[in-house]
Amino acid sequence: MTVILGQMFTGVSIGAVLLLIALGLSLTFGQMNVINMAHGEFIMAGAYTTYVLQKSIAGAGLSLIVALPVAFLVSGALGALLEWLLIRRLYLRPLDTLLVTWGVSLMLQQLARDIFGAPNVQTRAPDVLTGNITVIGGDDPLTFASSRLFILGLAVAAVVALSLTLRLTPLGRRIRAVVQNRDLAEVSGISTGRVDLTAFFIGSGLAGIAGVALTLVGPIGPTMGTNVIIDAFLVIVVGGIGQLKGSVIVAFVLGVLQSVLEYSTTVSVAKVLVLVAIVAFLQWRPQGLYTVRTRSLV
Amino acid sequence: MLEIDDVRVGYHRSTVLHGVRVEVPRDAVAAVLGHNGAGKSTLLRAAVGLLTPQSGHVRLDGEDITRRKPHERVARGMAYVPQGQQAFPHLTTAENLQLVADGRRRGKEAIAEALDLFPALRTLSNRRAGLLSGGQRQQLAIARALVTSPRILLLDEPTEGIQPSVVAEIEETILALAARGGLSVLLVEQHVGFAMRAAQRYYVLEAGRVTSSGEGGQEAERSVREALSV
Repeated sequence: MTVILGQMFTGVSIGAVLLLIALGLSLTFGQMNVINMAHGEFIMAGAYTTYVLQKSIAGAGLSLIVALPVAFLVSGALGALLEWLLIRRLYLRPLDTLLVTWGVSLMLQQLARDIFGAPNVQTRAPDVLTGNITVIGGDDPLTFASSRLFILGLAVAAVVALSLTLRLTPLGRRIRAVVQNRDLAEVSGISTGRVDLTAFFIGSGLAGIAGVALTLVGPIGPTMGTNVIIDAFLVIVVGGIGQLKGSVIVAFVLGVLQSVLEYSTTVSVAKVLVLVAIVAFLQWRPQGLYTVRTRSLV
Repeated sequence: MLEIDDVRVGYHRSTVLHGVRVEVPRDAVAAVLGHNGAGKSTLLRAAVGLLTPQSGHVRLDGEDITRRKPHERVARGMAYVPQGQQAFPHLTTAENLQLVADGRRRGKEAIAEALDLFPALRTLSNRRAGLLSGGQRQQLAIARALVTSPRILLLDEPTEGIQPSVVAEIEETILALAARGGLSVLLVEQHVGFAMRAAQRYYVLEAGRVTSSGEGGQEAERSVREALSV
């Protein structure tokens, strides 16, 4: 029983990481339909921000707490700059956007190599996040890694914050309106250019927060973003483009599936089986898990 | 109030409007009539800034707004109700209105006033706009435009494709708005009777050119019908 619970928790924690890396993309790709291949490098920027802050701030705990807002701002600013300089000139040209942002991702990776060197670097997790929390004691104890619990909490907080922002705030209404009908939003008095910039800032900032979280579970390197970006796109596409609820469910389902399959096979075979499951699912439901029903297409 | 002065506009390389002049006086209704493809909707899209003229000018109260973006024109008192009962389909009725009211000083009052004109929308406030009927969506579209407290309202075929019972209601509302004062209207319409009842001035558009124009009113209706029957 404890083995099953342990695997479930591992799956949920993998799902939380997936969700965090996909969350920013759910805004820029899911909502705005921009295929930003440099999104992974914004995750990397968040991770390196944590590394730099830990070098300058003595306490690992304090540096991690400071890193969350600073990484959000650094990656958000990078995203806003990319939108302002390049992406806004390429709306409705998805293939050009894909190529240009891929080029930007390569440039950012090289920039990271030039500044921090090619080898991976590591941050030190705060003491409170280095141990395990025992949930069930005894001969066959069930323990959860506290760093994974922290990431789970961070993912839940980020989802709630993004969801409430989109649902309840004027900015959220404007973002949803621009996504649904750009011309109508503009003639309703909304500066669509400003909304695009703000949405890109938030989406990229969330990637920065994901970068902070990833420093707790692995090394920091110039290609760390590339390694996770495909998983993030898969979560968005399978969840249903533009559907935050779908992304949340799919992230956790994929996480648990990956964990269970890893337990019964190997890491590589589990990855292949998850991808086969995704391909089969998309054959059956190409629109993803969730879609929105309307009476008209306008 | 609004001057569309010698405007040439089109899509890509094809020109749709060939030097069109239309003027909407203050607190008056001007109607633009014409067959499908005459360029009526293109004229409104150019007026609101969704299309940039190849030449000519658009002026609002004497200010040249030809290069202004649509949202900047809205901030100057222009509102536009596009053809086809357009709404934000995944936002609720209330959100469609609140979206426009956000950041406006009299936002709440403006929503209440707009809902007074279309009381049926009050009972639909939590329904997504994509699930409303065509008539309800058109009422929402006009209400949304009015929430911006416009000085000039551009209406593109507001009664097209709507069930007759709602058409009468929308027509009465537009006539009441025009009669209330403080609002100019540029109305594109195929329903000649309604347009000529509402308008103090009319323009007939054919193949991107104004072929006849004059004072509105029911006396002019016959000559407009003749012009359109050719």
